[in-house]
Amino acid sequence: MSDGARAANHTHDTVPKLLLRNAKQYADRPAIREKDLGIWQSWTWAEVYEEVRLYAIGLAKLGLRRGDKVAIVGDNRPRLYWTFVAAQSLGAIPVPVYQDSVADEMVYVLQHADIMFAVVEDQEQVDKVLSVAEQIASLKKVIYDDPRGLKEYDHTDLHSISDVQGVGKSELSANPGLEREWLDQIAQGTGDDIAVMLYTSGTTGKPKGVVLTNENVVISARNGNAFDKLDVNEEMIAYLPMAWVGDHIFSYAQSYEAGFCVSCPESPETIGVDRREIGPTYFFAPPRVYENALTQISVQMEDASKIKRSMFAYFMKLARRVGEDILVGNSVSFADRVLYKLGDFLVYGPLRNHLGLTRLKVGYTAGEAIGPEIFQFYRSLGLNVKQLYGQTEAGVYVTMQPDGEIFPDTVGVAAPDVELQIAENGEVMFRGPGTFKQYFKNDEATAETKTPDGWVHSGDAGFIDDRGHLKIIDRAKDVGKLRDGSLFAPKYIENKLKFFPNVQEAVALGDGRDFCAVMLNIDLTAVGNWAERNNVSYASYQELAAHPDVYKMIEENVDQVNRTLAGEPNVAGSQIKRFLILHKELDADDGELTRTQKVRRSFIADRYSPLVEALYDGSDEKHITTEMTFEDGRRGEITGQVKIVDMKLYPVETLKEAAE
Amino acid sequence: MTMDAAVDTGAVNPDPPTARLSSDQRPVVLDVKNVSLSFGGVKAIQDVSFDIRKGEVRAIIGPNGAGKTSMLNVINGFYHPQHGTITWHGQERKQMRPHIAATQGIARTFQNVALFQGMSTLDNIMSGRSLKMKSNFLFQLIHYGPARNEEIEHRRKVEEIIDFLEIQAIRRTPVGRLPYGLKKRVELGRALAMEPELLLLDEPMAGMNLEEKEDMSRFIIDVNDQFGTTIALIEHDMGVVMDLSDRVVVLDHGELIADGTPNEVQANQNVIDAYLGVAH
Repeated sequence: MSDGARAANHTHDTVPKLLLRNAKQYADRPAIREKDLGIWQSWTWAEVYEEVRLYAIGLAKLGLRRGDKVAIVGDNRPRLYWTFVAAQSLGAIPVPVYQDSVADEMVYVLQHADIMFAVVEDQEQVDKVLSVAEQIASLKKVIYDDPRGLKEYDHTDLHSISDVQGVGKSELSANPGLEREWLDQIAQGTGDDIAVMLYTSGTTGKPKGVVLTNENVVISARNGNAFDKLDVNEEMIAYLPMAWVGDHIFSYAQSYEAGFCVSCPESPETIGVDRREIGPTYFFAPPRVYENALTQISVQMEDASKIKRSMFAYFMKLARRVGEDILVGNSVSFADRVLYKLGDFLVYGPLRNHLGLTRLKVGYTAGEAIGPEIFQFYRSLGLNVKQLYGQTEAGVYVTMQPDGEIFPDTVGVAAPDVELQIAENGEVMFRGPGTFKQYFKNDEATAETKTPDGWVHSGDAGFIDDRGHLKIIDRAKDVGKLRDGSLFAPKYIENKLKFFPNVQEAVALGDGRDFCAVMLNIDLTAVGNWAERNNVSYASYQELAAHPDVYKMIEENVDQVNRTLAGEPNVAGSQIKRFLILHKELDADDGELTRTQKVRRSFIADRYSPLVEALYDGSDEKHITTEMTFEDGRRGEITGQVKIVDMKLYPVETLKEAAE
Repeated sequence: MTMDAAVDTGAVNPDPPTARLSSDQRPVVLDVKNVSLSFGGVKAIQDVSFDIRKGEVRAIIGPNGAGKTSMLNVINGFYHPQHGTITWHGQERKQMRPHIAATQGIARTFQNVALFQGMSTLDNIMSGRSLKMKSNFLFQLIHYGPARNEEIEHRRKVEEIIDFLEIQAIRRTPVGRLPYGLKKRVELGRALAMEPELLLLDEPMAGMNLEEKEDMSRFIIDVNDQFGTTIALIEHDMGVVMDLSDRVVVLDHGELIADGTPNEVQANQNVIDAYLGVAH
């Protein structure tokens, strides 16, 4: 961004400064909500200011100083969001940690980041932190939000957030000058100071602490708000992990920048209901959420009466044809418009309402590729769902889809102020105002990722198409070759499979091997419903996954993928020759998925090496025993016989000679 | 780090906090003396005596048919023993009906879930409040005046229980559609809605998987800790019994064969014989 713009915004270059502005400018407008005992409770900006002021003064009294690190662990709760501002107001650095990580995973981050205070949600997290406290030399205090079950604990170095605020209150009444001191602390903060450290979930190796400055965060938020014209009237629901850069920008920084209200759901399980009650205008979800919602709608429609089913089918067909055009304002015949209006009244409107997206202004999906059909389904309902491509290292935004230029197979154009280029090996590189400062205590990784002039290696392979839009194929390092030299992009194949409602996860193997083989997870909701309708009884995932009819169904899906692959000369060589359905669901607790639910391909290949072997040695089935971890860290075993199916390959449609 | 964790931090079954009174320092709330119960020729309970002290978790264990459920039924007044006395807060009672037991602060859950299947979780738990509702039936019917304020107060209590048991997501779901583990939780919620002094749990963890058992254990500990509710539970999972309870009564063929702390009971030869069988 230009120096002029930077200077103009100098007064609001940190989030605490934005809080001071909002407390004046939007004093009586809601800032944050939380559902408690079934009733939405809200705090205005003026109230948030008051809460944060007492909290920060209390934290300072407990010994928190500029540059100290504060871990934040828990679901999205107002007090945990206040911990970010309170810490930042003192110049301390918040470090959100994934709340579902097990103690061992957490230790690494807490140690590496030199955490001094850990602010956690509840007893579960307190227990987790206390169980590893001895290993974290820097840790001085543990602070919690929800006191339940913690009454009997030793409170020497354990405090509740309200106790800390109480300390702040008594300090302040004893010495009213503290408020001035606190405001001075805020004024001392600059755009170049470290705002937050976000540990990347780490598909490979140990997590890395991405250091973002105040400017990274605030400018990214401002650009994001400007891009979609988000203002103080937006409503959003914060439910994605606070340790994820997206949540930090969308539900924290953007809210403070624009002054809009963020709502925290009652519990992770109630998001569907909470979303219907709040009616967000700005919504973010990974493709999985959209997929699940669509699966559920399809499942419910299967159970609906005949009239409803045919109405749904008829109007969805119409929506597929003209919905997108109506959404972006293209010309559509009068008759179709009238019909679409009727459909809106009978089907689309109620569906949007069912999803809780009636008031949606803009919704985003990112993190993974979304199935084109799923994407188009939502857009044809009149929902402005778009894709963006982001990274923690970019302060989230790399590319976004501008209104009117939405293509399901690309992730859009460079975000405001962001520059893009494609390296020779096909890797996407970017540079912009959100570009991270460095990895914490890891200069080697910083040097590998960020060039001296500020370009960042994204690690993703892609290209910019003739419309100027970026298209991502796969992780740069994952793109490999089969033994015969044909290109093998595993994620590309996996995504094609995952777009079928029956398939939950897929892992494609083939780099350096003779052919492409796939291991699958079925989707228990979709296949379970099918089983119910077809009187197939089953007791567990394992039993359903091994059912011959399920295999037959999946075989058809794999066959379809092979057909489409055959039509694309680049990847036709990597059609799926053999597949199997895994006897257990892939799970982040077993390290098979990352915390953001991406498959860890090499880990899985290793863990299920007998199955991989069987895929390539021609056997029809294989017996396997797998260890699994329960949520509390205990281990058990699961054993089963897994069947392997051979697929038919299709000749490449375009002549191979022509390409050579 | 200087922090001294006062409790075991194992996520499964944290030990009861050490700061608590040991069982023999507490007052007796319920005293069972020489109770015998028979159905015709079947002697379900024979001359059993034990007590339950305030704020403790008291487990009743024993092999199948030992008379555990009968014992609970005697305590909450469903069965009337032919011999012996039950003393509740120093008052001896003989003929007692379950609803009287309920008004006196004894609540229970059942071995087989006994909920209103067609009603929502919220309504089921609300039904546990019925004994606490004071207002006139007519006012309740038209939802007016004191009835309305009372309903708000009760609803608040119910919401607190929903929050406590972490069942917000199924608030409006008909109970019949819930999986078994959640039904058990709702049933516990209904018993809690009575704000009982003594909570009788009949196999709260039967048929549950490991994760559900852990959740349930935590709720039982929390109920005991936070509300100070005295708990008597029947349970077959010995791990759970040993971790949760302060004292254990062991019944076999209707007779009391041991009574003491989990460790004492575990070491007791009679108990080992009863569970493993004896060579004759």
